[in-house]
Amino acid sequence: MSERIRLGHGGGGTLMQALIDREFRRLYADPKQLLQDAACLDLPHGRLAFTTDSYVVQPLVFEGGDIGRLAVCGTANDLAMVGARPRHLSLGLILEEGLELALLRRLVTSIAASARECGVTIVTGDTKVVERGKGDGIFVNTSGIGLLESPQPIGPAAIRSGDKLLVSGDLGRHGVAILAARHGLDLQPPLASDCAPLWPLVQRLLAAGVRLHALRDLTRGGLASALQELSTAANLELQVEESAIPVLPAVARCCDLLGFEPLHLANEGRCLLVVPAADRQAALALLEPLGGAWIGAVGGPGQRVLLRTPFGSERLLVPLSGELLPRIC
Amino acid sequence: MVKPGEAGPANSVAELAAELARLTTRPWTLMEVCGGQTHAIVRWGLDQLLPPGMRLLHGPGCPVCVTPAATIDGALELARRPEVILCSYGDMLRVPGSDPAGGDNLLEVRAAGGDIRLLTSPLQALELARSEPRRQVVFLAVGFETTAPATALLARQALELGIGNLSLLVAHVRVVPAMAALLAGDDKQVQGFLAAGHVAAVMGTEELEHLVAQRRVPVVVSGFEPLDLMRGLLACVHQLEAGEARLQNAYGAVVRPQGNPAARRLLMEVFEPCDQHWRGLGLLAGGGLALRGRYHDLDARRRFVMPASSPPPAPTGSWSSATAADGSSDRSDPVFVAAREAASGQAPEVACIAGAVLRGAARPSDCAAFGSACTPEHPLGAPMVSSEGACAAYYRYRR
Repeated sequence: MSERIRLGHGGGGTLMQALIDREFRRLYADPKQLLQDAACLDLPHGRLAFTTDSYVVQPLVFEGGDIGRLAVCGTANDLAMVGARPRHLSLGLILEEGLELALLRRLVTSIAASARECGVTIVTGDTKVVERGKGDGIFVNTSGIGLLESPQPIGPAAIRSGDKLLVSGDLGRHGVAILAARHGLDLQPPLASDCAPLWPLVQRLLAAGVRLHALRDLTRGGLASALQELSTAANLELQVEESAIPVLPAVARCCDLLGFEPLHLANEGRCLLVVPAADRQAALALLEPLGGAWIGAVGGPGQRVLLRTPFGSERLLVPLSGELLPRIC
Repeated sequence: MVKPGEAGPANSVAELAAELARLTTRPWTLMEVCGGQTHAIVRWGLDQLLPPGMRLLHGPGCPVCVTPAATIDGALELARRPEVILCSYGDMLRVPGSDPAGGDNLLEVRAAGGDIRLLTSPLQALELARSEPRRQVVFLAVGFETTAPATALLARQALELGIGNLSLLVAHVRVVPAMAALLAGDDKQVQGFLAAGHVAAVMGTEELEHLVAQRRVPVVVSGFEPLDLMRGLLACVHQLEAGEARLQNAYGAVVRPQGNPAARRLLMEVFEPCDQHWRGLGLLAGGGLALRGRYHDLDARRRFVMPASSPPPAPTGSWSSATAADGSSDRSDPVFVAAREAASGQAPEVACIAGAVLRGAARPSDCAAFGSACTPEHPLGAPMVSSEGACAAYYRYRR
């Protein structure tokens, strides 16, 4: 029988120590940090960004990623969205009794690789074990600290009428990968999640002198929710050209089949960018090789998102309400 | 890399819109029958491209929307039983029961501990029943003739394999009797139909031929993409302008006159037409499907002691009963009652006009509750719930 997590692994005794030594030590650049109650960090002077996020995705492993990679990239991306270089992460794990050690090991390996890719170090952590049936295999919480590198604050307050709206790549792939796994759809070829770090892109944009007025990673709720949130926060109407929004044909077909809109699906490595019109070309020069595109512009006062269809008609683009449910015919 | 809008070439839609404008001399009123068509029209803003005066009414072709409240009540009642696993399609979960303001739906029952599972294919219910031999698996089967053959397959396999803990709460409906009822009412406005391409792909065009012959109204079998819909509208207006009433198949790539013979055979082997209540339209003769005698053991209404409001349906026998519908209004439908009371001035606190919307007599935006008291989060009527419902389409695309 394969090795599994037992309640004793969370008991604080030798079993737990062995788990940490065997499974988690390799995550830490400085294993001495494992012996301390808190991480002591040496950061350059400057302004810091701090964020936290919890990850409960099912299935734990999906095409193109897993909960570990999601937990690292997701939190690092939240930092990148305010123009901060991700530096350090905490890692809190809630394990369900019975979780296979082989799976845990696979996730830890993925966490380590993703942290290297994001340029973050894991500096503190925690492990708990809950009784069988009280968890869903594994829940992960990560908090992250980053150093602000953007010369000016990034956020809805910086958005101006006439700014341009850009996206960093094709949309909906993570959502489709998860839905396919959850509903047992056997997509051929399989669609891989877009889960990836966003800081490298933000860094290049900043280095190119692009003034980033607002950034939003397009996670739960997808582009539709992000646009509506920005419009509401900035009190400016956003106008989007539907035919300009990049969506892979396979994603569009899968959405057709299930009755979803690609613009409602989650992404884990894509962001919306709001830049001044003068910086559009400089930004697109970096975005287009990644599959990114211009999708629209910021209009006058208002709190709505208008979408122009390829036929010249207009409609609202509104966030999805509630849970994503498959349609019936 | 393509963009979502490139599915239908924009210039062709524009060309068809221009031709429609050239051709149209009178303010025609057409109805698209299927909720999928309604969504496509509203989603792509096709109604903004029509000649002035031309009206599109949205039809009742949303099976979730027309499922009677009594059936939902029955499903809620079954789902509350500890021995039952109730499964259905996702859209059914938020449909309110007979108390539209009461917030009672399958999601609430699930939150309170009911075992409710989402399926994407009826055969998943078979697997579920086998893996949970101590439980009673009930499949709430909804949909038009498009999904009914898959339910029929489930029934046949369950019978062949002798699965004793699986039953069906059948709420399947037939689309042609509803079209006939819409033409029979006093307030009929529809001058031509876009018929649902997917239903015709299964059932063929025979039933529609009967309807056209008896009611003298143009019917054009249409698809669901912008270009399909524009072609369908153009064909329908062509007929109206020429004073013709024919059945035309504008979805020939998918729809053959004989339909899908294997699916039809399966459907007729397992089901027979029955009189069926439709929300908004009332009791429609031949408007639903009931399990045939040898499948009665699989009928949840016979297996469980159910509320008096949901007895097993009485078969009406004939598959060609398209024109037998009486179209009488459903006075007992609470949603309909609320709408009538609102119209007569004795408005309850929140009035939902789902019945009128389902008959094409009102638009979602005509409803006082639309977007305020009634939203997808707190739907008062089924058309706000379903991804095929007209109210949901308006809420989603043009508040």
